[in-house]
Amino acid sequence: MAKVGIVIVSHSPKVAEGAADMVRQMVGHDVPLAWTGGNPAGGLGTSYEGIVDAIHRAWSDAGVAILVDLGGAETNSEMAVETLPEERRHRVVVCNAPIVEGAVVAATEASGGASLAMVRRTAEELSA
Amino acid sequence: MRPMADSVVDLLSAEQRRRLAERMANAVIAHADELTALDAAIGDGDHGHNMKRGFEAVLANVDALSGLPSPEFLRAIGHKLLTSVGGASGPLYATLFMTIGKLMPPSPSRPGLVAALSGAVEAVKARGKSNVGQKTMIDVLAPALAEIAAGGGPGAVAGVALRAAEATTPMLATRGRASFLGERSVGHMDPGARSMALIIAAVCDEFGGQ
Repeated sequence: MAKVGIVIVSHSPKVAEGAADMVRQMVGHDVPLAWTGGNPAGGLGTSYEGIVDAIHRAWSDAGVAILVDLGGAETNSEMAVETLPEERRHRVVVCNAPIVEGAVVAATEASGGASLAMVRRTAEELSA
Repeated sequence: MRPMADSVVDLLSAEQRRRLAERMANAVIAHADELTALDAAIGDGDHGHNMKRGFEAVLANVDALSGLPSPEFLRAIGHKLLTSVGGASGPLYATLFMTIGKLMPPSPSRPGLVAALSGAVEAVKARGKSNVGQKTMIDVLAPALAEIAAGGGPGAVAGVALRAAEATTPMLATRGRASFLGERSVGHMDPGARSMALIIAAVCDEFGGQ
């Protein structure tokens, strides 16, 4: 059965890659995972196109959960989701959760075969 | 058979579209350092750089952009900003331009324009999960739109927009990066409100606002 994919979006490529490394080490390789960080010029920030690309790289028919850090990461991620092809748009969610802990917890849920809604809920419990 | 577009009178000529794009871009680029300084005070200090990068991308493509019919021209500007700005302002400004392009009336009329702008302001509110009074670009967009709806000319609209940006100075930020500062956001003009006012004033200049 397809497992929910995880996308990590940080203003910093190092933070995004580091969080992805933690997911790989703690959860393993059976969950689709992609990260993106930095603005289109390579500085701190986020890139709409980078996020769209990461969603497609982590694509799973079970859906994709996105973990973000600060404001622009969330706004760019929401824009990215809304501009996805119709058949994918409704299977991607942006989680309101801390980026590192959220990514690890979401990937742990996903690796156990949880639904997208369950993956999101578990990650968001960290912010409750 | 003649293409459909030929039978539709565009609101703007290609030359006007070019001047509009250049005026907006030049206004943002000329004030990039000011915007960055405002953002350094209450945000993360990248608003000027980000907006400059976005409008440099618009300028670099101004020939192709201004050759498009007005609705596509606006959408294409939005898309350029979306893919080059990099901060939260990228999707916010992209949403503004893309929605105006989508809703813009096929022939010139003030009610049609007001409806398109009104839809675009609502779309920006939704994108930013923000509303009037939170010390953001919405605090410039809303009064500028009200002035247009009330029949104000370009000069009046530009004046309202620029004063509305100034009026964000004493406000407490409750949305956007400045909201992290809480009370410390009071006493600084919001950089997004300022860039929005500069862009509105640049557009008004094109329509005789000076």
